[in-house]
Amino acid sequence: MSDFILHVSRLKVEFNKNLILDDISFDVQKGETLAIIGPNGAGKTVLFRTLLGLIPYSGEIKWGPLVKLGYVPQKLYVGSDLPLTTAEFFDLKNAHPHEIHRVLASVGFENSVDALLRLKLGTLSGGQLQRVLIAWALIGHPQVLLFDEPTTGVDIAAEESIYSLLHRLQDQENLTILLISHELQVVYRYATHVLCLNKEGLCFGPPDKALTPATLKQLFGQNSAIYHHQHAT
Amino acid sequence: MITPVILLLATSAFVGAAAGFLGSFMVLKRMSLVGDALSHVALPGLAIAIALHQSPILGAFIALTLAVIGIWYFQETTALYTEALVGVFFTTALAIGVLITPQPDLLEALFGNIQNLGPYEGLIAVGISILIIVVTNLISKQLMLGIISEEMARSLQIRTKMVNFVYLLLVGIVVALGVKFVGTLLMGALVIIPAASAKNISRGIKSYYFWSAFFGILSAILGSLVSTSYHLSSGPLVVLASIVLFLLSYFVHLILGQ
Repeated sequence: MSDFILHVSRLKVEFNKNLILDDISFDVQKGETLAIIGPNGAGKTVLFRTLLGLIPYSGEIKWGPLVKLGYVPQKLYVGSDLPLTTAEFFDLKNAHPHEIHRVLASVGFENSVDALLRLKLGTLSGGQLQRVLIAWALIGHPQVLLFDEPTTGVDIAAEESIYSLLHRLQDQENLTILLISHELQVVYRYATHVLCLNKEGLCFGPPDKALTPATLKQLFGQNSAIYHHQHAT
Repeated sequence: MITPVILLLATSAFVGAAAGFLGSFMVLKRMSLVGDALSHVALPGLAIAIALHQSPILGAFIALTLAVIGIWYFQETTALYTEALVGVFFTTALAIGVLITPQPDLLEALFGNIQNLGPYEGLIAVGISILIIVVTNLISKQLMLGIISEEMARSLQIRTKMVNFVYLLLVGIVVALGVKFVGTLLMGALVIIPAASAKNISRGIKSYYFWSAFFGILSAILGSLVSTSYHLSSGPLVVLASIVLFLLSYFVHLILGQ
């Protein structure tokens, strides 16, 4: 079972007696892209935090032997006044200069690495920051990338969307990706597997099998027709 | 016992450096009020130690350790809004502390009195300050990463809860040391203000750490010098010195537009 990356079984998370996640089970194999979808407040971010070991839980979470994780947050809650340059941000991970150049080039900063490294982290644009965060996660060659809600609207480098970037990196770096999303077209285009979440796991499997009209209605309620329509067009 | 001025200034400098360095994280963690409130807890510990004829610094340290465990517990295990809770609990500690501290000792406990510093106390304070700076430096990367994103820290297997606990414990120790100079009412300021000043003029993290410690040293030395020259309480003078430095750093910030 060398392809085994993650096994989650009967996972349950409670906050102050409120059930946030209930009876979640799924598996991830090497090279897969698992999209976790669900409405706001469904517990997607809580699931990530639990997988990272930040939240107490009952049930089972088993990572493959020696699996190294990279985590890409949606954004950083730091002000533009945080006295931290991009170079120092990479230094927090004890990254070697040539590795910093390698990962920054791989997310599209080939020609502007030195200028970028001198900038304060808090002054980067949304698109720059997202790519820097991806590059940061890639330091040290993780096998798994956890990606909290990649935003499609930001100004990623010329013509490359954040998802095609992820796709390319996945091939280059041999990555397994777990990502949170609320955009169904992303799930259909890029995910090999999907986990529907609304406190409990409502579906799990390849998108075209798992995402039945009934599941979508259960997941998104009235709006499911719109979501599905977007996919169809 | 009159301590040579050199030792007195050296002690001020080291405690100031340790307080400033630690404070740099507290300002970024947006925990400034916690630092301030924490310093108030030293008072009841100090009063109880005096009543039991024990070392006041030891009493302050024990009270602070208990408080640190309390803060850490609430921070890590509950979803409660800790800052309000900390405010209520620690103001209570201050009120009780004022009531049970013997009158002759009260002013000194509240506002510090550096002239009463003995040579051994001074040397021990220098040693502990160096230890604090070394340990803080060792955990600085983990700590900073935890401030930026707990999830990113965890993805690197950093034990954020443990790091936070060690950090708070160091803050407790530096506050206990500082009580002698600055007093329990104002010690929080020596942790926070130098770092706030450093933030005004720093672009990168290394210069931020450096200026935090440097402003801590300068505030403590200037305050102590004026205090010994004019026989005034050292606490208010140290804090005023740090505020003057803060204003200067703010003007530099305006001029450089950083």
